[in-house]
Amino acid sequence: MTKKMVCIECPKGCVLEVDMDAKPVKITGNKCPKGIGYALSEMEDPRRVLTSSVLTESLELKLAPVKTDRPVPKKELSRAMEEIKKIRLKRAVSAGDIVAENFLGMGIKLVATREVGLV
Amino acid sequence: MIERELVIVGGGPSGMAAAIAARENGVKDILLLERDQYLGGILNQCVHTGFGLEYFKEVLTGPEYADRFIKKIRGLPDIEISLRSFAVGMTGDKVVTFLKPGRMERVKARAIIMATGCREKTREMVHIAGTRPSGIFSAGFAQKLINIEGLLPGKEVVIVGSGDIGLIMARRFVLEGAKVSGVVEIQGQSRGLVRNIVQCIEDFDIPIYFNHKISRIYGRDRVEALDAVRVDENFNEISGTKFALKCDTILMSVGLIPENELIEMAGVAIDRKTNSPVSEELNKTSVPGIFVCGNSFKVYDIVDSVTRDSLAAGKLAAEYLGRARA
Amino acid sequence: MKEYDVAIVGGGVTGASVARELSRYRLRIAVFEKEEELAFGVSKSNSGIIHSGTQNQPGSLKAKLCVRGNLLMRRISRELGVDFKEVGSLIVAFTEEERLELLKIKKESEALGVPGLRMVDPAWLKKHEPNLSDKAIAALYAPTTGIVSPYRLVYALCENAAGNEVEFHLGSKVKKIISLPAAENIPRFKIFTSKGDFRARYVINAAGLYADEVSKMAGVGGFEITPRKGEEFLLDKKREHLVNHVLYPLPTKISKGILVIKTSDGNPMIGPTAHDVSDKEDLSTSDEGLREVLENVKKMIPTIREDDIIAYFSGLRPVAGHDFIIRHEAVAPGFINVAGIQSPGLTSAPAVALMVRDILKDNGLSLRKKIFFHKYRRKENHLFSIPFEKAGKLIKKDASYGDIVCRCEMVSAKEIRDAIDRGATTLDGIKFRTRAQAGRCHGSFCTARIMKILAEKTDKPLTEITKRGKGSEIVKEERGND
Repeated sequence: MTKKMVCIECPKGCVLEVDMDAKPVKITGNKCPKGIGYALSEMEDPRRVLTSSVLTESLELKLAPVKTDRPVPKKELSRAMEEIKKIRLKRAVSAGDIVAENFLGMGIKLVATREVGLV
Repeated sequence: MIERELVIVGGGPSGMAAAIAARENGVKDILLLERDQYLGGILNQCVHTGFGLEYFKEVLTGPEYADRFIKKIRGLPDIEISLRSFAVGMTGDKVVTFLKPGRMERVKARAIIMATGCREKTREMVHIAGTRPSGIFSAGFAQKLINIEGLLPGKEVVIVGSGDIGLIMARRFVLEGAKVSGVVEIQGQSRGLVRNIVQCIEDFDIPIYFNHKISRIYGRDRVEALDAVRVDENFNEISGTKFALKCDTILMSVGLIPENELIEMAGVAIDRKTNSPVSEELNKTSVPGIFVCGNSFKVYDIVDSVTRDSLAAGKLAAEYLGRARA
Repeated sequence: MKEYDVAIVGGGVTGASVARELSRYRLRIAVFEKEEELAFGVSKSNSGIIHSGTQNQPGSLKAKLCVRGNLLMRRISRELGVDFKEVGSLIVAFTEEERLELLKIKKESEALGVPGLRMVDPAWLKKHEPNLSDKAIAALYAPTTGIVSPYRLVYALCENAAGNEVEFHLGSKVKKIISLPAAENIPRFKIFTSKGDFRARYVINAAGLYADEVSKMAGVGGFEITPRKGEEFLLDKKREHLVNHVLYPLPTKISKGILVIKTSDGNPMIGPTAHDVSDKEDLSTSDEGLREVLENVKKMIPTIREDDIIAYFSGLRPVAGHDFIIRHEAVAPGFINVAGIQSPGLTSAPAVALMVRDILKDNGLSLRKKIFFHKYRRKENHLFSIPFEKAGKLIKKDASYGDIVCRCEMVSAKEIRDAIDRGATTLDGIKFRTRAQAGRCHGSFCTARIMKILAEKTDKPLTEITKRGKGSEIVKEERGND
C-alpha cells in the first residue's frame, strides 16, 4: 500500500509517496531530505509546532506571541491551547526568551517570538 | 521644509529591507515613516510559522522575522525612524506630507521608496448579495482581533476564498475553540499554499468546497447563515446545487490589492486593474526617483520574496541618488 | 409619569427637523427613536440630494414643500454647520422625444417656482460634464440642486435641538398609544415605549416605514406604508471628479430613475433602484440590482466600472400613495401624521417642519418663543474636508488630530472622540459622523482601534461594542474575560 501526503516543511509543498510495504518504508517525491523526516514522523506520531499568543500584565502589549520550541503531538494541541490561555506573562521579554518551561509536562518550552517591553 | 535624501514610507518587512539596502549602498540620510507605534508591519500579527526559510534558511514566525530586521536597522547609523507617522500626501516633486500626534510635517525628498504593502479585498469588491450585518470580517482583520487584541470574532465561521490568511485563520479559530463550518472557494483549487491546506484545513477536518461561491448572506443584526452554490467554469451558478451553511461569522480571504493611493496622488501611473504602478522594470514607476517595493509593487506569496524585492529597491534608490554604481 | 407638550415618534430627518423647529418655542418636547441611534432608519440610506423641485406633480405637497425646503435648507445648514454644496443637476435627454419631455418638465417646474432652469446643449455638456456620454443631445440644468450628508444633517439638527432642551429617547420603541377623552389640564395621550411610559398633549408621527402602525396605535387608519427598495452603490473616492453635477435620466412613473450622484463625502454614488417589497426590514442587496444600476448609469457615464464600487447598501422608501400625508387627524385630536415621506423628503424636511408647526398652532397649541434660542451649532472638524495647512494648525492645538485612525478617509482619534462626545454609541454612528470605516478597506484597518476608543469612553467591555445596536456585537469573547 502506498500513502500520499504533502510535505509542509517549506512552501514548496512536495507531494510525497510512502510505500508502506517496503522495509524500511520507501519515501519518494521529496525534493530535499526534510521530506523523509516529515513523512516518517507523520506516519508514526504527527506533530506540529504550535504558535499562539499569551496574555500579559503590565506590559506594553496586551498579548505576547509565542511558539513551542519543538513540535507538539497533534492530539495534544487543544490541551496545549487550554494551558496557553491560562498563562499571564508579567515580565518584559525578547524574541527567544522562555515563557514557560516544561510546557504540558513534556519537556517542551514555550518561547516568546517578539520583544515586549514594560508599559 | 526639511529636505531628506531618501524617504521610505512603511516600516514593515519591505520598508526595513529597503532602508537597510539603501544605507548599505551609501545613502546616508534616510527617513523611514511608520504609521504604527512599532516596526514590523503586518508580520506582527502573523504569529504562525513559515517565514524566512528562503532568506534566513530557517523557519521563523512573523514576529521573529520582523525582529531580525528591527535589530539590524536599529544598529545602522543615518536611518531616522519616525513612528506613528502617517503619510497623507505626496506630490510629483517628491514632497511628502505626514501627520503624527502633535504635528504635521512636510519633507522634500530626493528619492522616495514606497513600501506601503497591500490591503485585503472586501466583501463589497466581490459583490455578495444579501444583508449587511455584523460578523463579516476580512481574514487579516480577524487575525488582528485574535492575535493582537485577544478578541474572538465568532464561534461558527465560514471562510470565503482560500487565500493563505484565510487558511491560517481557519486553524486559529479552531484552536481558539470556534467551529469552522467550511471554506468556500470559487476556483477549482486553492489559492493558498498547499501546505496550508494540509496543516490548517485537513489537520482539522474542515470541509472545503471548491468550485463554489457564496450567493447570499442572511441575518439582520448579526450574520446567521449564507447560501453556497456550485459554479461552472465561467463562475455561473449551477441551479439546484445551492445549500445553506449556518454561521455567525464570515471571513473574506479573496485576495490582496497593492496599496498605492499616495503615489497616485503624486501622479504616478497606476494600472487600474491591479492597482500596481505601471512599470517596465521591477520597483520603478513612471516618475523617476519614486520607487515602489514589496507587496505594494506586486503581491507576493511569501515574505522572503518581499525582502529580496525590497533590498533591490533600496539599491536602485542608491543608484538614482548617485551613491551606488548600477 | 413624565409629561411632554409634544412627543415626536421617529428620529429621522423629518422628526429631527420638526424637533429643531419646535425647540424655538417654550414647549416640553421629546423624540422617541426605536433604533440605538438617530438617523438609523430611512434617513441613513438617503442619497443626500437637495432637489431643486423639478419632477414633482403640480399641486402636490411634494411640489410645494420641495421648492420651499430647498430654499430653507441653505439657512439651516449654515446655522448648524452642515456642508451644503449647490452643485446643480442635469436631467439628460438622449432622444428627441426625451428632449421634448424635458421642455415639458421645465415648463411645469417653472410653474412650481423652481428657479434658474435652462436647457443646455451638447457643447455645454462637454465643457461642464466631460465624462457624460456623447450620445446626450440635451439636458435640463437646475442650478439650485444641492448635496448634503443626510445623517450629518440629522445629527446636527438633533444636537441643536438637544441644546435647546428637546429630550431624546433612543432605543425606545413606541408600542402602544392611548388617546384619552378631552379633559382639563390632562394630556390626551399616553405613550408606552420599550423604555418607559409617558404622557403627551400632541403626538407627531414621523415613524417612517412604521408610520402606518404607529398611526393605527392611535386609532387612525386610512393608509398603509409600502416599502420601496432602492439599492445604491458607492464608488471609490478616487473617482470623486467623475461627475460635477447630480445626473438624472428622465423620470419614470415611480421614481426619479437611476442617477449618478455627486455626494458630500466625495464618493460618487450610483442608484437607486426602485422596487416595491413587502418586508420593512429587508435591506438586502441583490445581483440583479447591481446589474440594473450599472447598465443604466453606463448609458450616462460610460467609464464607470464595477471595480470602482467600494460599498453598497439598500434603503427603503416609506411610500403611502403618490404624495406625502401631513395632517391633523380629527378622529384623534392632537395626533398629527407626517407619513409617506419618501423622496423628496430630505429636501422637504425644513418645510415639513414649518407645516407641522402651523398645524399644531391651528389645533390649539400655543407657541411662545423662547427668549434664548440657540440657533447655531459649533461645527465639527473633519480632516478630510480641509487643506493640509489647516490640519497642521488643528494638530498644533490638539495633538490627537495627528493621530490617524482611519487610513482610507483620514480620520483622527480626536474626530472619533468628538463623535462619541456628540452622541455616537455604535460603530455605524461613528462611521456616519466621521467617515471612519467608510472607505475602500471597509474598516479592516481602523475598526479595532475605534472599538477600543468607544469601549474606553463609554466604559463598556469590548464584547458589548456593536455595529448598530444590541444584537450586532462585533466580537463574541475577550481572552481573559470569560
